[in-house]
Amino acid sequence: MPFRKGFPLITLSTTGQDSDKPLLDVENLRVYYPVRGPLIQKIFQREKLSVHAVDGVSFTLKPGEIFGLVGESGCGKTTTGRAVLRLVDPTSGSIKFEGINITTLKEKVLRPLRTRMQIIFQDPHASLNPAMSIGRAIGHPLKIHGLAWQEEDVKKRVLTAMREVGLTPEEQLYDKYPSDLSGGQKQRAVIARAMILKPKLIVADEPVAMLDMSIRAKVLELMLDLKKKYNLTYLFITHDLATAKFLCDRIAIMYLGRIVETGPAKLIYNDPKHPYTKALLQAIPIPDPRRRARKVLPKGEVPDAVNPPMGCRFHPRCPAVLPTCGWEGRDFLDYLEERRTDLKKGKVDEVNLGPLDLWKAKGLVAERHCRPENIAIITEYIRSILNEAPSPLSKAVERVRNVENRLVVQFRTPDPLAPKEVEGRLVECLLY
Amino acid sequence: MHALDNISLDVASGESIGIVGETGSGKSTLGKAVLEILPPRTEIKGRLVFRGRELGQLDKARIRHIRGEEIALIFQDPMTRLNPLMTIEDHFVETIKAHQRVSRHEALARAEAALASMRVPESRISNYPHEFSGGMRQRIMIALALVLNPSLLVADEPTTSLDVIVEAQILEILEDLKRTYKMSLLLITHNLGIVAEVCDRVAVFYAGKIVEVGTVDDIFTRPIHPYTRLLLQSIIHLDTKELHSIDGAPPDLVSPPTGCRFHPRCPYAQAVCREKIPPLDQFRQDQLAACLFGKDFL
Repeated sequence: MPFRKGFPLITLSTTGQDSDKPLLDVENLRVYYPVRGPLIQKIFQREKLSVHAVDGVSFTLKPGEIFGLVGESGCGKTTTGRAVLRLVDPTSGSIKFEGINITTLKEKVLRPLRTRMQIIFQDPHASLNPAMSIGRAIGHPLKIHGLAWQEEDVKKRVLTAMREVGLTPEEQLYDKYPSDLSGGQKQRAVIARAMILKPKLIVADEPVAMLDMSIRAKVLELMLDLKKKYNLTYLFITHDLATAKFLCDRIAIMYLGRIVETGPAKLIYNDPKHPYTKALLQAIPIPDPRRRARKVLPKGEVPDAVNPPMGCRFHPRCPAVLPTCGWEGRDFLDYLEERRTDLKKGKVDEVNLGPLDLWKAKGLVAERHCRPENIAIITEYIRSILNEAPSPLSKAVERVRNVENRLVVQFRTPDPLAPKEVEGRLVECLLY
Repeated sequence: MHALDNISLDVASGESIGIVGETGSGKSTLGKAVLEILPPRTEIKGRLVFRGRELGQLDKARIRHIRGEEIALIFQDPMTRLNPLMTIEDHFVETIKAHQRVSRHEALARAEAALASMRVPESRISNYPHEFSGGMRQRIMIALALVLNPSLLVADEPTTSLDVIVEAQILEILEDLKRTYKMSLLLITHNLGIVAEVCDRVAVFYAGKIVEVGTVDDIFTRPIHPYTRLLLQSIIHLDTKELHSIDGAPPDLVSPPTGCRFHPRCPYAQAVCREKIPPLDQFRQDQLAACLFGKDFL
């Protein structure tokens, strides 16, 4: 057929060509949230504080795959999911959806693309408007995007969508309100609302975490069925490693805003490389009393993302940590504090060192002011506790010295850290 | 609404028993009943015997004495127990002095020992609850519950709001306590994995009733009641190859199903299950189940 002159040539991409190209390409994504404090703090604080929720994350999603973002609360998985859909604005980095860079697209231009990328939230109770009937809620996106206006048409499509997600008898449930539905039914309604626009990408943020164990499987099965039928791509966000293992083709383990290990799910579960991945897998309770075992757990908790640890962010808790991983001044303060919980050592420390709040940490240095008559004794005491039990921390201390009336504990500069390919996956760890 | 219906359960000294069930199974109501902290107009029938004393017949002052000192409770969310306007020190002094005549100095010494056993630095005793992380708060709450050396600890979803690693840390602490102080533990949770790791015995609740009770080994390796079997199958764990679920949803307790409350969801249900309420029968030495066809599942 001859083309009309001047008619723009639109190449309709066929599915065959599509499958090589990533559906979603995220590169070096950073999302920082400003910390809001009182005005007085703003005036006196020179540097602006921010939560480094996502701090340099890169991954791609191939069409038709399930990619899992796995991690504990505060690791940035949810923020990553939201940034991908531009529900929060990225601080830097780039997000390409179907080859189009959407990182800074204006909402007006972005809106038509939104029909192809949808989200399912964790809490189905909170994602449905209690004053809107189920039928209206599911049909709402059609109206927002101007895809259907006539009530009859909308209703027909809503009923089809409801049947598709197993929200039956659909005619009866159409006029019901969220409060009339069970948790599982509500989540089905949320899925129907996302599916009605026939999206390509669905970000599923903990879609079954709020549901009872006995109905979780049903919802996951539904998601798998829909994926097969419509060749959907899922970005599956979860803290539950077992569900991710069952569902995902590839996964990324996140810790404090970074991806620490990413690759094919099978590889990572069979032989985790990053100490954090190992710790997570080990910590999951096993529903089999015959397999009870004492666990080797990382100490402490996820630190504050306003001021993440230097070097590898997992280093203060890592069971396999090296002297080069990023030890810094505040780790020394934590070390002193930890010693105080030991009844014996704590008392001796208290006599020799006095209160801990004399210490200050800044970057690679921990220091305190000492009276001239005490400084030699205190320096000697610090040296002795560092030598008494050599540890990665004590080996990371470059030197302990006196500057005027200050006692300074100086740590070595950490080795640079970058993701490395290890046996078919990327790992960000100095062990490899 | 009948939140609990005809529950009989005993906990031996030094034993830890897991109470598992889904939303609305009545498991938290049981925990509250044990501490006598149900809302005022709740109708309670039956007997609650603690170390030979029937709690229902004691006066308020006696119960207050037992609660906290002999039976302690920890909740899912530490902030429901900790007062944001009080320092940790004040919490401990208040708790100890409410039960025992000791000086502030003595109370503080005990508080410090309790905190140290939970690995909370004593230097932080004058901090406020919001200055601690979630796991640390949970440890403080446990220290506070244990400072009076209770003989029974009721823990209602103690790790549900925590991440897996911190959860595992807290569970280890609970196990250590059990071993060191010979304390009994009533652990209420929806997570069967936790029960398998911490408890000696387990009671499975469904719609306000116990459907099965037995040793952890029996319940996890050879469950009898269809609900227990299906619930165990529905857990998604690292070795899951196939997804299983239970049809339908847990029932509304205002008008629970007749007969066996699980019959509408049970794949093995017969006509008789709709009419006859199954008694909790003994099927093995330490294993009881409330199923009319229990012997078919042995």
